Amino acid sequence: MKTGFIANLLTAAFLTTSLAQGADITLLNVSYDPTRELYADFNNVFAAYWKGKTGDKVTIRQSHGGSGKQARAVIDGLEADVITLALAYDIDAIATKGQIKPGWQKELPHNSAPYTSTIVFLVRKGNPKKIKNWDDLVKPGVSVITPNPKTSGGARWNYLAAWAFALHQPGGNDAKAKEFVIKLLKNVPVLDSGARGSTNTFVQRGLGDVLLAWENEAFLALNELGPDKFDVVTPSESILAEPPVTVVDRVADKRGTRKVAEEYLKYLYTDEGQKIAAKHYYRPINTKIPTKLAKVKLYTIDKAFGGWQKAQKTHFADGGTFDQIYDVKK
Amino acid sequence: MSAPVAIIPRSQNPKGRLQTEPAAVRWLLIAIALAFLTLFLALPLAAVFSQAFEKGLSVYLTALQEPDTLSSIKLTLITAALTVPLNLFFGVTAAWAIAKFSFPGKNLLITLIDLPFSVSPVISGLIYVLIFGLQGWIGPWLQAHDIKIVFAVPGIILATIFVTFPFVARELIPLMEAQGKDEEEAALVLGASGLQTFFRVTLPNIKWGIIYGVILCNARTMGEFGAVSVVSGHIRGMTNTVPLHVEILYNEYNYTAAFAVASLLAFLALITLAVKSVAEWKVRLQLGNE
Repeated sequence: MKTGFIANLLTAAFLTTSLAQGADITLLNVSYDPTRELYADFNNVFAAYWKGKTGDKVTIRQSHGGSGKQARAVIDGLEADVITLALAYDIDAIATKGQIKPGWQKELPHNSAPYTSTIVFLVRKGNPKKIKNWDDLVKPGVSVITPNPKTSGGARWNYLAAWAFALHQPGGNDAKAKEFVIKLLKNVPVLDSGARGSTNTFVQRGLGDVLLAWENEAFLALNELGPDKFDVVTPSESILAEPPVTVVDRVADKRGTRKVAEEYLKYLYTDEGQKIAAKHYYRPINTKIPTKLAKVKLYTIDKAFGGWQKAQKTHFADGGTFDQIYDVKK
Repeated sequence: MSAPVAIIPRSQNPKGRLQTEPAAVRWLLIAIALAFLTLFLALPLAAVFSQAFEKGLSVYLTALQEPDTLSSIKLTLITAALTVPLNLFFGVTAAWAIAKFSFPGKNLLITLIDLPFSVSPVISGLIYVLIFGLQGWIGPWLQAHDIKIVFAVPGIILATIFVTFPFVARELIPLMEAQGKDEEEAALVLGASGLQTFFRVTLPNIKWGIIYGVILCNARTMGEFGAVSVVSGHIRGMTNTVPLHVEILYNEYNYTAAFAVASLLAFLALITLAVKSVAEWKVRLQLGNE
């Protein structure tokens, strides 16, 4: 009994990494918040596929949290074999610490993003405030729920999507876009730290008229919490979110899991993987896979903002437009 | 130093003391206290249980048998099984030294024991990431030797020990100081050795104080969220303790399961409260008999 307990403890404490030999493999996938259901599903399918192909049993463990926070944990030593985050910027942060080889984003097709998503609106059933597009969000009396862009990846997409919308209007420029976002933030009563927190604020606590959310989050909330309570509104245009995936070289090489880790990510691109992504309301990059999602004019960060590094610096770094705006708001 | 925590010798609190306040004031105070308790303790507790059993007993039991939930319970028990004995040992040693001897640096030691009470749990977790994390002082060395501290069980235990180490010592110091050292001195004069004195004289005197400290230490160990959240890495089925698992379930819109697991912690709180009351009563008796 006692030795059993100690052995258990030792196993739990120290031997988590040494399971790679033989036919019993564990992978750790460190991901952001909204992918929980997607990977819970995908991991089972992949494990079955891998068992059939190689006879090896692979167990994939999941860790979820805010994208930036998860990147920080990997930088501090969380042993992720693969990392599947909300934006390339967060994976770049790990790469600059030498844990992922530079050029990682060219390793897999489509900028290493096997699925895409966009930002949509979740509104109360029947859309009582008649919210159809981005410009409806700045109307007086409309209460908007979105997380804090300083801590949430999703919130940064929301912010940039609003900015880009204003930019794309006739006569749009950066000054006007800033004004638009100032007006929008004035309608935000509470900034949660993460996307799931915001969803819970909107759904559980009943705050706000509209939630700016990942498309898959919006549909998940709709299905989980009652199609009779909410509607999803897709705006006329929105931003193309490309959540990238990659192998963490430091960990995969150390644990000898590179092959299965790479295959795991590649499997996301197969018809099987793409169907699972579509099922969980991500937009599959393989256009042959059917999806229930509405067609919408999408533009990329690269095209609208010159890439994440630049967008981050201009908008979300200390003293960036978000800080300037938030000072104005106060 | 501050007065004994929650332990009031009976001699200072005689039952038949003079009541000077008018009855209306007394009833008003009691009503305010009761309203406060209902609002902040009884209602949330009732909410936890009503949510947990909202979909019936079988859903409740199924939620508790889910593998990730079981693994979080196991991890919490392992953490408590290591943290509580270590802090018991440390607490008794420290309290003995402080209450029965005088030595240079005694006040500094008392201040250090109190430190975890005044530090935010998030900071308590973060210091371990800063020391043992890959970017930290000895992280690279640990990495080279394949030893995992943070984002694994050892880190969770370390952070929990730090957060909970004042509990036993803080309960025992005032008790042992109040008891004085006359009995120990008598034992030594009669020829008992140091260890004999400790086990035959000191320990029986502080028995209920120890239980009181241990139960509080255990409650905090099992309920700790902040510090553990920072060092956990949140790997499902591996490094999630019960409180962390509650948060995860809640975030997954799995409200019934979240409240079912939370109800375990609520049960723990109720048991803690009961044992604590008994221990408090016994301590008072022990002091009263002096």
